[in-house]
Amino acid sequence: MLKTFLIGIKDLRLAFRDRAALILMLAAPFVLTLGLGLVTGRFSGNNNSGLSDIPVIIVNLDNEQLGNALADVFTSEELADLMEPSASSDPEAARKLIDEDEAAAVVIIPEGFTRSIVPQQGDFNNPDAVTAEPVRIEVYTNPSRPTGAGIVKAVVDEFLSRVNEGSLSGGVSIVQLMLSGRITPDQAEAAGIAMGERLQTGTTDSALAIKINSSTADGEEVDFDILAYLAPGMALMFLMYTVSYGGRSILAEKTQGTLPRLLVSPTSASQILGGKVFGIFLTGAAQMLILIGASSLLFQLKWGDPIGVIVLVFAAVFGATGWGMFITALARTPAQVANVGMSITLIFGIMGGSFISLDQMPPAIQTFSKIAPNSWALDGFTTLGLGGTLADLSSPLVALLSMGTILFLVSVVLFGKKNLVQK
Amino acid sequence: MTSILEVQNLVKNYGDFQAVKGVSFNIEEGEIFSLLGPNGAGKTTTISMLSTLYTPTSGDAVIGGHSVTKDPMAVRGVIGVVPQDLALYEDLTARENLVFWGQMYNLSGKALHARVDEVLEQIGLTDKAKDRVKTYSGGMKRRVNIGVGLLHKPRLLFMDEPTVGIDPQSRRAILDTVKDLNKQGMTLLYTTHYMEEAEELSNRVGIIDHGELIAIGSQKELTQQVGQSETLILHINENDDPQALIPSFRGITDVLEANVIGTEISIITPSAKDVLASVVSKANERGIKIRSIDIREPNLEAVFLHLTGRALRD
Repeated sequence: MLKTFLIGIKDLRLAFRDRAALILMLAAPFVLTLGLGLVTGRFSGNNNSGLSDIPVIIVNLDNEQLGNALADVFTSEELADLMEPSASSDPEAARKLIDEDEAAAVVIIPEGFTRSIVPQQGDFNNPDAVTAEPVRIEVYTNPSRPTGAGIVKAVVDEFLSRVNEGSLSGGVSIVQLMLSGRITPDQAEAAGIAMGERLQTGTTDSALAIKINSSTADGEEVDFDILAYLAPGMALMFLMYTVSYGGRSILAEKTQGTLPRLLVSPTSASQILGGKVFGIFLTGAAQMLILIGASSLLFQLKWGDPIGVIVLVFAAVFGATGWGMFITALARTPAQVANVGMSITLIFGIMGGSFISLDQMPPAIQTFSKIAPNSWALDGFTTLGLGGTLADLSSPLVALLSMGTILFLVSVVLFGKKNLVQK
Repeated sequence: MTSILEVQNLVKNYGDFQAVKGVSFNIEEGEIFSLLGPNGAGKTTTISMLSTLYTPTSGDAVIGGHSVTKDPMAVRGVIGVVPQDLALYEDLTARENLVFWGQMYNLSGKALHARVDEVLEQIGLTDKAKDRVKTYSGGMKRRVNIGVGLLHKPRLLFMDEPTVGIDPQSRRAILDTVKDLNKQGMTLLYTTHYMEEAEELSNRVGIIDHGELIAIGSQKELTQQVGQSETLILHINENDDPQALIPSFRGITDVLEANVIGTEISIITPSAKDVLASVVSKANERGIKIRSIDIREPNLEAVFLHLTGRALRD
C-alpha cells in the first residue's frame, strides 16, 4: 500500500515537472475558459449571452389558450431573471432580429396551434379538425448564442412535452369512456373541451416543470454564471488529456527501462499498477482542484456546494481514469496512447458539451455522449452551479463511479493478457 | 567459499528460437564473475532470468538460498541490478531518484537518507545531487544508474554491460567502482563484450556464445585451453583482400589458426617470432602490403577465437 502511494506521488511530481503537460493540463483550459468568458460577455458586464436575461422574442399568432400559455411561461415570475422576453407579431421581422444578433431565439407560435391540439366547440363534428396534424411551433435560434438559444428551446420542448402528454391521455380517456358506454358520442365533445381546459390550466400551472433551478432549497435566488458551465467544461475536457498522459506514462516506463527495474525490485506487479493508477488519479484531481481554485479566485466563480464539488471532482477523475487505463491497455506504444488520448480529449470534449450545449446536439449524439465522463460530470457541475447540493448528484455520481469501475476491471484483464514486460 | 548463485541448466525459448541453451554455472561469495560474449550471445537474457524479470522456459537458479522460479520476491531482496540501458526518471534529481528507488527496496526514514548520502558520495555526485538527471552527462547518468543498484547493499550485484557507449574517463571510473565494491565484499556478476574489462575485473570468466556457455574458469585456466599460443595481428591495406592470404598462412608450419577480422588477420601460433618471416614472405608473394604487426600474449580474445573461430567483435 505504501509503495502504491509512493509510486503515485512520484508520478504526480513528474507530471507537474513536465512543462508541455502543464500547458495542456492547466494553462490551456484556463485560457480557453477566459476566452469563452470574454466571447460570452462574462467579463464585460454584458449579460446578453449569459444564462440570465436571455433575450427571446415571442411571436404568438395563435392567440388562444395554449399559445397564450406558452407566451406566459416566458413572462412568468419564475423565469423573470433568466429570460428577457419581447413580443412581436411579425415572424420575418423577428427572424431578422436574430440574424442581426439582437436576441438568442425567436419562438413562433403559429395560428391554429391550440385548435390543432384542443378541439373547440363544433370541431367534433368536423373530421378535418380532429385528424389534422398538429401545427408546429418554430424556434429560430441564434447560432452565436448557443447556450441561451438552447435554454429557450429546452423551455419550449418541455412545454410541448407536457401538452403532448395531456393531449394523448385526454384522447385515450375519451375513447375508453365511449367504448365502455359511459358517454355518448355527443357527450364526448363536452368531455374533450373540459379536458382541453384542464390541459391548458395545468400547462400554465406547471409550466416551470422545466427546472433551471433558479433558487436553492432554501428559496434563495441564485444567478447562474455562464462560467460555471464553461470552466468545468474546459477543465473536464483537458482532464481527459491528463488521464491519457498518465496512461502513457505506464508504457513510457516500459520503454525507458524504469518499469523492468521496478519489476526486479521487491515490489509486486499489482503494487506497481496500483501506483500508476493512483498517480493518474492524483494528477487529475490536482488539475481539477487547481483549476477550480484559480477560477474561484480570479473570476469570482461560484462552483456551488463545496462538498458536492469535491465529491464530483473525485468521481469525475475516477471515471476519466478508467478511460485512461482502458486506452493504455489497448495501445502498444506511448505514441499511440498520446494520439488516441488527444482524439478522445477532443471527441469527449465536444460530445460532453464542453463547447456546445448538448441540447443543441442531435438526439443520437446526446445518447452517445453518455459514454463520456465529461457529459455526466458537466451535468453535475451545472446542477451545483444552479444551487444544487451533493444530494442532487446521485445520477452523475453513480454513472461516473460505475464507468470508472467497469473500465478499470476491463483494463486489468487486458493488461494481464498482453504482459507489460516480455516474460 | 560458498556459492551465492547456482545456475542449473537454464533455458529460455522465444517460439522456435532458443536464446539461452541450458546454461549452468556457480558464483562464489565475494568474487567478480564475468559473462563474456559478443552482442546477441544471451548475456542480457541470462541476467534477466536471474533477476526474475523473465521466467525461464526450463531450469532454475538459486540465489542466496532462494529459487528464482519459486520465490522471486525473496531473490529480489538479495540482488541489485544495474541494467544495460539507463533506467532513471530524468525529470527527478539524482537525490530524488535515489530516494524513490531506495523506498522501492524497503528503505525508509533516516536510514534511507543516510544511505542516499553515502551512495551519492560513492558515485561522486554529492555536489550535483539536486540537479535533474536530464542535465547530466552520459557518464554521470551511468553513475546514478549504478548508484540505484547499490542502495540496499545487495549481496549480489548484476551489472549488464555498464560501460557501453560512454567516454574512456567514465569507463575507467566505473571499472574502479566495480573493483571498490568487490573490495568491500560485494559479489558481482558482470556482463561485457570487452575482453579487456573481463580480464581486468574478473576472478572467473564464463564465455557465452549463441546462448551456450562454451568455457568457464579463471583467465589462466581459460588461456591454457589455447596452450602457450601467441596471437599475431596483421594490419593490411583496406583495398587488399585479406581472405586471399588465409589458405597460404594456414599452410605455414606452426600456424594453428588464421582468421580474418575486418581488415586484420589473426594468426595463432606457439611462437610468433618463428612464423613472422614466413608470414611476411607469403604476403609479399601475393603483393599484399602489411602496414603493421602486433604480437599478443595468450588472452581471452584468443580463447574465444580458438573456441568459436570468430572474434568477439564479429
